[in-house]
Amino acid sequence: MRKQQELAIEVRGVGRVYGDGAGQVTALSNIFLNIRQNEFFTLLGPSGCGKTTLLRLIAGFDFPTDGEILLYGENIAPLPPFKRPVNTVFQNYALFPHMTVAQNIGFGLEMLGRPKQEITARVEEMLALVHMEAMRNRKVMQISGGQQQRVALARALAPKPKVLLLDEPLSALDYKLRKEMQVELKRVQAETGITFIFVTHDQDEALAMSDRIAVMSHGEVRQVGAPWEIYDRPAERFVADFIGETNFLTADVISIDGQRTTVRLSNGSMLDATYPADITPEGKVTIVIRPEHAQLAAPSKAALLAGQIEDLTYLGTDTHIRVRLPDTSIFTIRQQNSRVGPIGFSAGDAVALTISENAAQILKD
Amino acid sequence: MTERTKQAASAAQRQEITSRWLLSTPALALIAIASVGPLLIVLVYSVLAPGSYGDVKWEFSGQGWFNVFFSRDIFDDTVSLADAHVTILWRSARLAVITTVLCLIVGFPTAYFIASRAPHNRSIWLFLITIPFWTNMLIRGFAIQEMIRNEGLANTILMKLGVISAPIQMLYTDFAILLGMVYVHLPLMVLPLYASLEKLDFRLVEAGYDLYATRLKVLWRIIIPLVKPGIIAGSILVFIPALSSYVIPRILGGGKNLMVGNLIELQFGQGRNWPLGAALSITLVIIVLFAMLYYVKNAGKTGGGHA
Repeated sequence: MRKQQELAIEVRGVGRVYGDGAGQVTALSNIFLNIRQNEFFTLLGPSGCGKTTLLRLIAGFDFPTDGEILLYGENIAPLPPFKRPVNTVFQNYALFPHMTVAQNIGFGLEMLGRPKQEITARVEEMLALVHMEAMRNRKVMQISGGQQQRVALARALAPKPKVLLLDEPLSALDYKLRKEMQVELKRVQAETGITFIFVTHDQDEALAMSDRIAVMSHGEVRQVGAPWEIYDRPAERFVADFIGETNFLTADVISIDGQRTTVRLSNGSMLDATYPADITPEGKVTIVIRPEHAQLAAPSKAALLAGQIEDLTYLGTDTHIRVRLPDTSIFTIRQQNSRVGPIGFSAGDAVALTISENAAQILKD
Repeated sequence: MTERTKQAASAAQRQEITSRWLLSTPALALIAIASVGPLLIVLVYSVLAPGSYGDVKWEFSGQGWFNVFFSRDIFDDTVSLADAHVTILWRSARLAVITTVLCLIVGFPTAYFIASRAPHNRSIWLFLITIPFWTNMLIRGFAIQEMIRNEGLANTILMKLGVISAPIQMLYTDFAILLGMVYVHLPLMVLPLYASLEKLDFRLVEAGYDLYATRLKVLWRIIIPLVKPGIIAGSILVFIPALSSYVIPRILGGGKNLMVGNLIELQFGQGRNWPLGAALSITLVIIVLFAMLYYVKNAGKTGGGHA
């Protein structure tokens, strides 16, 4: 690893409360985050979870009621936005409609009082970076949404910010363009080596692009981790539920051995499960199993779980199978269509379920 | 498209155009009767001869127009430039421009303040702005007179506080005229400015701050260019009535400091020279017309064309 361990942003105990008295609304409470240099860090959560508020606090459009925000060790929380070496790509781009593409990109440098020559050179560099050289003299209203997105990115990158903030920048684009821009953003981040803090409510986007993800809800950070950790080792029900499809089962903890534990499911079957590092599981727990980590098998006495197929949905690459368990709950399986033809089961069949190794995770709550 | 459907389409289009004209007839008629008509009458009167007791004699005379710019000495018949008229026109234009600028300086922060309130509070503030319109302008003029006269409110307070020892002459000065004109015309500036500022996307302001623009630079480089249509509309709405204002200069200027409105009134009253009054009126219309053309053209050139 390069000098990636240096921290670009440290969020220390940040809270944001609006209003006072009875009408008080807590938008953020006691947030701690360490964002590393050169990292693609994503704040992920449903709308109203506080992710945009946190981004606005880092940008300086809003000020925390508690805590501090350090940028390379310096507390920037009380500074106005124009004194922070941090730039933002806005959700609706917020390009200046009375300026051309080139004027928009050069605006930040111009405000910093850089010499004309340097501005011109940097604008050209940025135009090349986002492949918009041909559009430099267009008014921003005369270019398409995807092109506006590129200009917004170039404008925010032109002053060489220490951290780039992106507020759901892809949400206004259609599916194909969004996919293109995801790749484009990753490329630009790799080329510029700038720390990106990316806000989104789209879990696929977050998983596809991030080095690390902070999952937020109700003004709190629920879990921070690499995409695979968030997906395969969710710490809480909220995280497991928000990202992807999940099966929840209740179980009893039987024994603990290092990071693994053995649990007994309600039908008496034994299963190994992992658990979050900061708890010691005991008694009744909830475990999660992702649909793709369970497989269908012919019914047998030794099966871990047994049930009856409720319905099947053919999805091209996968087949989606819903199995009703004896306790009437539904267990979802996603099975890859590895061979040509139907998968050999149909609705109403009695089936057994097998679970992949390491696939079960115990939740905190 | 077949030939027949094309014909049908163009027939429908023709019908639509006809009905549009029909629908706008009341407005066109009103403009013709209330605006173009009187202007034509004034134009005709300006080329007639003055009657002895006011009114006009129905014979052609260039005397009215001649007198706008030149004056003939009554003793030796020498013709000289009518510098009194030029002075008054210049004074009026100057005061109207200053009024417009002051209204802009006072009105912009006011409109910005209202536009940045929560939406349901804005209507309350707008309502407050319109309150002065409830009272007759004459009454409001006298109210200002009461406040700034030598024994008035302002002087009394200042003297009680010991700031001044003798009253300051405020009434019957250009200061009084400007005060009155700014006060009277301010809503005409605030309302169009507000309409523009309300539409302003405040995310652009944030984007400006984000890109290292200080508050002043954001105002200058982002807000003002974007609300230019409002600034133009407000300036026109203030400048035109300010240029031809009559009541306020009369009450607060004391009739000593004539403005063109008072000059015109004089010709129709004591002066008994209706053709000159009419010619002066037309001159004023022409000045306003050219001033507006010049202003709009220039504002449009430097503005980013964001309408």
